[in-house]
Amino acid sequence: MDALIAPLLNGSAQGALLLLAALGLSLTFGQMGVINMAHGEFLMIGAFAAYLVQQVIAASNLSIPVALPVAFVVAGLFGLLLEVTIIQWMYRRPLDTLLVTVGVSLILQQAALHIFPSQGVPVEKPGWLDGQLNILGYEWPLRQLFTILLAAVCVAALAAWLKYTSFGRRIRATVHNRDLAETSGISTRTVDRLTFFAGSGLAGVAGVAASLIGGTNSQMGAQYIIPAFLVVAAGGIGQLKGTILAAWAVGVALSYFAYWTTGSLAQVLAFILVIVFLQIRPQGLFTVRTRSLA
Amino acid sequence: MSTTSKRLRMLMATGAVGTTLALVLAGCGARAGDEAAGSGTSAKPSCVDTSGSTVKLGFLNSLTGGMAISEKTVSNVLHMAADEINAGGGILGKKIEYVQEDGATDWPTFAEKTEKLLTQDCVAAIFGGWTSSSRKAVKPVVEKNNGLFFYPVQYEGLESSPNIYYTGATTNQQIIPAMDFLASKGVKRLFLAGSDYVFPRTANAIIKLYAAKLGIEIVGEEYVPLDKDDWTSQVAKIVAAKPDFIFNTINGSSNVGFIKAYYDAGLTAATTPIISVSIAEEEAPAMGHEVTGHYASWNYFQSLKTDTNPKFIESWKAYPNSSGVTSDPMEAAYISLYLYKALVEAAGSFDVDAVNAAAKKNTITFDAPEGKVTLDGENHHISKPGHIGQINANNQFDIAWASDKFIEPDPYLEGYDWFPADIRKQLVDAAG
Repeated sequence: MDALIAPLLNGSAQGALLLLAALGLSLTFGQMGVINMAHGEFLMIGAFAAYLVQQVIAASNLSIPVALPVAFVVAGLFGLLLEVTIIQWMYRRPLDTLLVTVGVSLILQQAALHIFPSQGVPVEKPGWLDGQLNILGYEWPLRQLFTILLAAVCVAALAAWLKYTSFGRRIRATVHNRDLAETSGISTRTVDRLTFFAGSGLAGVAGVAASLIGGTNSQMGAQYIIPAFLVVAAGGIGQLKGTILAAWAVGVALSYFAYWTTGSLAQVLAFILVIVFLQIRPQGLFTVRTRSLA
Repeated sequence: MSTTSKRLRMLMATGAVGTTLALVLAGCGARAGDEAAGSGTSAKPSCVDTSGSTVKLGFLNSLTGGMAISEKTVSNVLHMAADEINAGGGILGKKIEYVQEDGATDWPTFAEKTEKLLTQDCVAAIFGGWTSSSRKAVKPVVEKNNGLFFYPVQYEGLESSPNIYYTGATTNQQIIPAMDFLASKGVKRLFLAGSDYVFPRTANAIIKLYAAKLGIEIVGEEYVPLDKDDWTSQVAKIVAAKPDFIFNTINGSSNVGFIKAYYDAGLTAATTPIISVSIAEEEAPAMGHEVTGHYASWNYFQSLKTDTNPKFIESWKAYPNSSGVTSDPMEAAYISLYLYKALVEAAGSFDVDAVNAAAKKNTITFDAPEGKVTLDGENHHISKPGHIGQINANNQFDIAWASDKFIEPDPYLEGYDWFPADIRKQLVDAAG
């Protein structure tokens, strides 16, 4: 039983983290077409923000809930800064954005290396995440459930924001037809900036989740960026539900492969699956034809 | 083959360089020209110039990229050792003038920078490297140019070179003591967890052979790529295998993910301890309280009570850019510079062949923070004490076990009857 249920649960949590990392990208890359290679470093900024919050509020029971909105705002502001200073001059030049943001990611990594201890910093897990939940005989770590719930909350909030707020409507209008949106009086500049802020902020939230799973150091963002892009591409550009499904599928596939084979082989097999899938269906799981984005 | 392509590249480069540049470079052009014109069959004449009041040394560490998190400290401690030696009058009365190069976590870069340090900067010796891949990139270049390279990190052994000195532990000074400790603890079921590269693979091959001899059953073996932090799936397998100890050869930040996933699964140091070979005083703080109570096998710990350790710790704490704690790889880097000083002074010369001849006498020693180490002139490794430390709440290590004497280096494990010659050959070939 263990062999069946454990990878499913662990894989779902792994997928949830991947989803958190990809969610912001599905906005900036999916909606705006910006290839932001520094997205992983925004995730890193969120993790370091969690560490800094913990320096002020020592009790991890409280500091992690506080860190989540703080990380969102801090990473979001970094994103906004990047948009205002660099990205805004590069819309519709995806290759240039790619190169420039790779440079930005290296600068941010090196800055983190100099500011914080080079081996990284500890982010203490809240006490209420200690322990396991017995599910059909498998002792499932509670932290995994937390990652899944966090991803669910973020997805719900983002979907509601896009669907029900006037700002969400303006974003969708801009994505569908930028010129027409402008003609009808929507400030697409403001929309771009806010979208970039929200996308980067979501990376910051992912960073808090990642800081509870792995190391918080200058290199942590690098391991999420490629899988996150793959997930967004496999889900279908600009498709929130596609991103969710793809992230979950990759997470579960990784976990089952890891259980049946080895950790290294699992990485290879899971991404071969994604690549083969994209060969068969280059547009991803869902196409942008539909009017609903959430 | 590789020399041919190097030559081709050099010819192409020469062709591409315009006359202006050639004129600008005329000052040092004679030397470069001599090299290009040389026969290439034997080692080129050294361009090291020690006629002045200084000696040039090269430090080669990754200051950018993934390995910077570890190698930055090694670079800093080398600078500190150089400052100390200079304050004490230098080497053979000559002050150290160092050239710091960035290996950038990229192995071809390590090779290129080595070539540059030896042939353009004309350094007398190079210190640095961390990963085995970086050492293997440097090895052919120092051998071709008859240079010297001092490598400060514990590694998988099965190597020796006339042009490399190894001041970290080889397997019989870290892995084997750890296994002896486990045997003394009465361990019966051992699980192996490692990063997926040459050191953990080789170490685990050795561990499995020795475990068979000690009567310890290996109940599982898992590897995860070096750059992946998430160990959840593998830890689920560990839980299912019910081991009573874990041998951890994971390296880098992935260790944080492993320790966290381990703790999350409800496995504790009290019931199922881990013994690691890559978690030291530098790494432990990033893991939080989850790592407390687990073990590590090293030669040096900050908590060691030796005559020279307090001074080393104090100098490091006072040093700018200090991380505040000392660790085994740092100490091995510190040793490497002093060992070079002792070698040169014994040889009375900076010449590589003279230094190697001085080493052959087996009389080179250094009062290191870990104790008095002796250089083996044949295999270019040093004797070391084996220590097992248990991580306490301050992220320092309480000594739980110590070897009864200094362990002589045996990189090819020739003194161990359970290590068959055919497997040795297989592993040496595989390591390339």
